[in-house]
Amino acid sequence: MTTAIGKSLSRIDGRLKVTGQATYAAEFNQEGQAHAVIVGSTVGLGRIEAIDSAAVEKMPGVVAVISHLNAQRLAYNEHRGPIDPPAGERLHVLQGTEIRFFGEPVAIVVAETLDQAEHAANALKVTYSARQPQVDAHAGERVIPAVARRPGARAEADVARGDADKALETAAVKVEAEYVIARENHNPMEPHATIAAWNGDRLTLWSKSQFVANEQAEIAAIFGIPPENVQVNCPFIGGAFGTSLRTWPHVTLAALAARHVNRPVKLVLTRKQMFFATGHRPYTLQRIALGAQPDGKLISIAHEGAGETSRYEEFMEALTSVTSFMYSCPNVRTSYRLIPLDASTPTYMRGPGEASGIHALECAVDELAYKLQMDPIDLRRINEPQIDEGRQVPFSSRSMLKCYDLGAERFGWSRRTPEPGSMRDGRLLIGYGMANASYPCLFAPANARVRLLPDGTVEVEAAASDMGPGTYTSMSQVAAEYLGIPVERIRFSLGRSDFPATPPHGGSMTMASVGSAIRAACLDLQAKAAVLAAKGGGNAGLAGQSPEALEWRDGMLFVKGRSDRGVTYADLVSYGGESPLVGEGTAARDAETGQKYSMHSFGAVFAEVAIDPDVKTIKVRRALGAYGVGRVVNPKLATSQCIGGMIGGIGMAIMERTVLDRRNGRPINAHMADYLVPVNLDTPHIEAHFVDEEDTIVNPLGVKGLGEIALVGMSAAVSNAIHHATGRRVHELPIMIENLL
Amino acid sequence: MRPFEFQRAASESEAIAAAAAGARYLAGGTTLVDLMREEVETPEKIVDINRLPLNYIRATDEAIVIGALARMSEVAANQDVRRLQPLIPETLTEGASPQLRNVASIGGNLLQRVRCPYFRMLDAACNKRVPGSGCSAIDGLNAGHAILGSSEHCVATHPSDLAVSLVALGATLSLKGPRGERTIPVEELFRLPESTPHLEHTLEPGELIVEVHVPNGPYARKARYLKVRDRSSYEFALVSAAAALHVENGIIKEVRIAAGGVGTRPWRMNAVEQALVGKPAARASYEIAAAVSTEETRPLSHNGFKVKLLPATIVRALEMAGDVA
Repeated sequence: MTTAIGKSLSRIDGRLKVTGQATYAAEFNQEGQAHAVIVGSTVGLGRIEAIDSAAVEKMPGVVAVISHLNAQRLAYNEHRGPIDPPAGERLHVLQGTEIRFFGEPVAIVVAETLDQAEHAANALKVTYSARQPQVDAHAGERVIPAVARRPGARAEADVARGDADKALETAAVKVEAEYVIARENHNPMEPHATIAAWNGDRLTLWSKSQFVANEQAEIAAIFGIPPENVQVNCPFIGGAFGTSLRTWPHVTLAALAARHVNRPVKLVLTRKQMFFATGHRPYTLQRIALGAQPDGKLISIAHEGAGETSRYEEFMEALTSVTSFMYSCPNVRTSYRLIPLDASTPTYMRGPGEASGIHALECAVDELAYKLQMDPIDLRRINEPQIDEGRQVPFSSRSMLKCYDLGAERFGWSRRTPEPGSMRDGRLLIGYGMANASYPCLFAPANARVRLLPDGTVEVEAAASDMGPGTYTSMSQVAAEYLGIPVERIRFSLGRSDFPATPPHGGSMTMASVGSAIRAACLDLQAKAAVLAAKGGGNAGLAGQSPEALEWRDGMLFVKGRSDRGVTYADLVSYGGESPLVGEGTAARDAETGQKYSMHSFGAVFAEVAIDPDVKTIKVRRALGAYGVGRVVNPKLATSQCIGGMIGGIGMAIMERTVLDRRNGRPINAHMADYLVPVNLDTPHIEAHFVDEEDTIVNPLGVKGLGEIALVGMSAAVSNAIHHATGRRVHELPIMIENLL
Repeated sequence: MRPFEFQRAASESEAIAAAAAGARYLAGGTTLVDLMREEVETPEKIVDINRLPLNYIRATDEAIVIGALARMSEVAANQDVRRLQPLIPETLTEGASPQLRNVASIGGNLLQRVRCPYFRMLDAACNKRVPGSGCSAIDGLNAGHAILGSSEHCVATHPSDLAVSLVALGATLSLKGPRGERTIPVEELFRLPESTPHLEHTLEPGELIVEVHVPNGPYARKARYLKVRDRSSYEFALVSAAAALHVENGIIKEVRIAAGGVGTRPWRMNAVEQALVGKPAARASYEIAAAVSTEETRPLSHNGFKVKLLPATIVRALEMAGDVA
C-alpha cells in the first residue's frame, strides 16, 4: 500500500485559485441574466405600510420590483435540515408585511445591470410603522430552549452531578466571574451569491453553499417542488466559517426573482447585507463559579450560559457542554438559556459554542490558578480526568497531557514568570497565557462514489464542499491511499447536489464522514474488481482465484503473498463487466460506539502578547497550538487550517464585534473598515503541532476533525496573557484599548 | 450609483472653470467614488484632474513642496521628504492601506469625508449629508467620535492622518480658483461643524488645492507620528498625535503638537506646546504638559476613553520624538 495519507501535499486546486481560474458561484453568468438587489428594512420592528414602486419601475433598465404585494406565494413546506435551529420557523420572505429585524428583505429590484438595480433599489420608497425593537441581550428575558422543555427532550438545558452550589460554599478557594462575548459576523472574503435559472419547473442554482444537499432540499420545500427538480452547484467557496451552512433568504429571493422575470437572475449580497440575515455568532452572557481545595483539586464547577436568538427561531449551540467533561470534578452544574431578541437568527460560526463556552471556563481556571498561586498548566494537570465524568464513559482518546508537554516545550512556557507585569521587552509589557481547547468528533452519514475509468484513472464524487481546509486534496489522498494508486490518478469532484449526499461541511466532520465514505467506496470498488479479475484473468493468471485469495498492492491486484501475477486497473477494465467500474460507499457510525465512548479532539493553545504601557495597544506576538486530533491526513493543510483558526481566535479576542444601534437594531459597523479582523500586521508567528494520537474508535480513518478546534481556546489564551502582562482581568470580548485604560 | 457627466480637464483653468460650474474634482477617487457607489455623494458632474501637472515633489532649503496630485505612496517613498521631513512619510504609511496609498492624492487626502457610520447610511439622520436632518451619532453609537470641536449638530472626527502632521508642521496650501490664487495655512482649510456641518472646508467654489508647502522648521527632524488604534493597519485613529521638537541642551526651544481622532478637525495643541517651551525634554515635562490637552474636551456617551487616551498618546509621541537622534 502506498502512503498517500500523512503526506504534506500542496493544494490540488491551489494554482486554479491563485490564477483566478477557480469559478465561484457569482461567476457562473448565464445567458440573458438579470441582476437583483435586495431592499432591506430600515426599521428594526414593525410593519410595511406602503411600497411605492411605480416610479422605480420606470427607471432605466428596471425589469421588476418584487415585494409582498406581487411576489409568488411560496409553499414553505416543512423542512428542517441538520443545520437549522431545532425549534421555530425559518424566515418567510416577501410573504407579508411584518418586520422582525433591521435589514429584513422587503423587496427585490431586478434590472438589466447591477448599477441600474442598485440605483433603483436605493430609490424605492417603503414606508413603515415602526415599534421599538429589543436588541439588548442584557435586558432580554432568558428562556429554556423549547427542545429541552418538551417531554423526553433530546437536549438538556440543565445538567448536574453532585451539588455544585453546596460544594462551592465549602471550597477553600473560589473564583466567580461573568463573561460577555460580543456578536460576531463571519465575514468571509467571498460574499453570499446565488445565480438562479429556471427551465420549466426545474431550477438550477449556482450558489455559495457549505451544504448543497440541504440547499437543494430546502429550496424544493420552499417552492413546493420535488427535490430532484433542484440542482445546486458550488465547486468553490471563498471562505465561509459557517455562514453558508444554512440556506438563507437570499437564495429563495434569487429563485423567486428568476421565476418572476422568467430569466436567470444573479443576486450577490453586499458586505453590509452580510450583517443582516446570514447568521452570526450569538452574543453570549456567561457566569462561572469554580471552587477548589488548597491543593488545586476542583470540587465545584457552575457554568451558566445564555445566548441571543431571534424571536422566530431558537438557535442553539454547545455553550456549556464541554464543562461537564473538561476537568475531573465531583460537583458540576451547567445551564443553558436563550435570549430572544428582535434580531435575525444566529448560526454556527467557527468553533460554535465551544469557542465561547471554553473562553469563559478557561479564563476562570486561569484566575483560579492565580488565587492558588499555581502554574496554570499544573492546575490543569491536577484536574485531568480519567474518563468523561459527565457521561461516565471513557474517552475514545484524549491527549491533553501530551498537548501540555509539547505545547509548553515549543512555546517556552518555562520562561514565564508568574507575577503579572513581571515580564518586559524594553518598555513593552509581555504576557504569556494558555488555555485548553476541545471540540467534539462529530460524524454524520455520508456517501461517495468511485469510478474506475478505462485509462486507469479514478473519479471520486461526493456532494461535499471545500471552504478552505483543502477537501479536494485531502479526499484525493484518502482515495489514493485505499486504492493504492498515485494521487495524480485521482480526480475528486464535489459541490453538486446530484452527487452522493454528504453531511454539512462544518462541525469538523467532513474528513471523518466523507473520508470514511470514500474509503468504503474504494473498498467496494476493489471488491468488485477482485470478482472481475477472478472471473476474467486472462494472461495475468488470476482466473479462477476466489476474491478472498487476492490482495491489492502498489495499485495492482495480486494473488496473496505473490508478486509475479498482478493486474492493473487498466487490465481489469479490459476483462469486461461494467465499464467504468463503479464503487459505492456509505459511512455510518454504529450508534453503540457513540454510547460507549466520549469522542472529542483536545488541544492546548498558547499566546504571547505585548502591551504598550502608555497607550495600551495590544499585540499578539506569538500563538501556538498543540492538538490531539487523531490521524492527520495532510500535515501541511492541517497546519494551514490551524493557523487560520488561531487568527480567527485572535480576532475574537481583541477585535471582532458587531455593534447594534439599540434604537433600531441597525448593525452600525457593517463594513470591513469598521468591523475589525486581524490584518497581516496583526498576525504573529503562529505554530501548530500535532501529538501522535491513534484513535481506532472514532471512525475507520482515525481522524477526529480539526477545523473548529483550531479557533477554540485562543481567545482565552490571549485574555490570560493580557492579564499576565497587565494584571487586568477583562471579562468582555473583544478586549480593546479602551478596556485597558 | 447615479449616472453623472464625466469630463477630463487638460489644464488648470479648464478644471477650475468646470468646478466653478458645479463639477466635483476627481483625483484618486478613494473617497468620492466609494461614496458615489453608496449614493452618499451624488454629483451630477465630475472633472478628472489627474492629467494636470501637479504630481511633483520639490525640496529646497526652506521647504518641501508637494504637488496636490502626488500620490501618498510616492511622497512616503521620496528620499528628500524622508530626509528633511521624516514625520510626513511616517504619517502617510500609517494611513489607509498600500493599495489606497498608491492612488490617493495628497490634495484629496486633506478633503476626505468623515468615517462616521451614520454619514454613510442613507436612511440615518445626518446633518452633514442632509442639512437639518439631525445627528444620529450624538444619542447613538459614538465611540469613534470627537471630544473636541463638536457641536450639537455634528460630532464626527476628521479622518486624515496627514492633515494632523501638516497642521503640526505649520504647512500651507497654495490654492487656485476663479478669483485667482491665494495661500492659507492647512489649519485654516478645516471648518468647525457648528451649525453647518455640511460645510467642511474653506475653499471657495471651484477653488483647487495646487500644492502643499511644508517649512523645514528646526523641529522637523525630531518629529514622530503615533497613531493609536485597535488593529495595526487599515483603521482610523482612536487617537493620534504628531509631535515635533526643537531641543537645545536638553531644553525644549520649540515644539509643535497636533492630535487626530479627537477633534472635528485636526487639533493643534497650543496650550500643551506653551506648557513645554523652556522645559527639559523629559517625560516628566511631557506628562505635566499633556494633562492640559483634555481641558476643553467634551466626551459623548461612548468615547470617554479618548479623554484618557489623548494625553497618554501625546506623552508617548513626545517621547518618541525626543528619542530621535
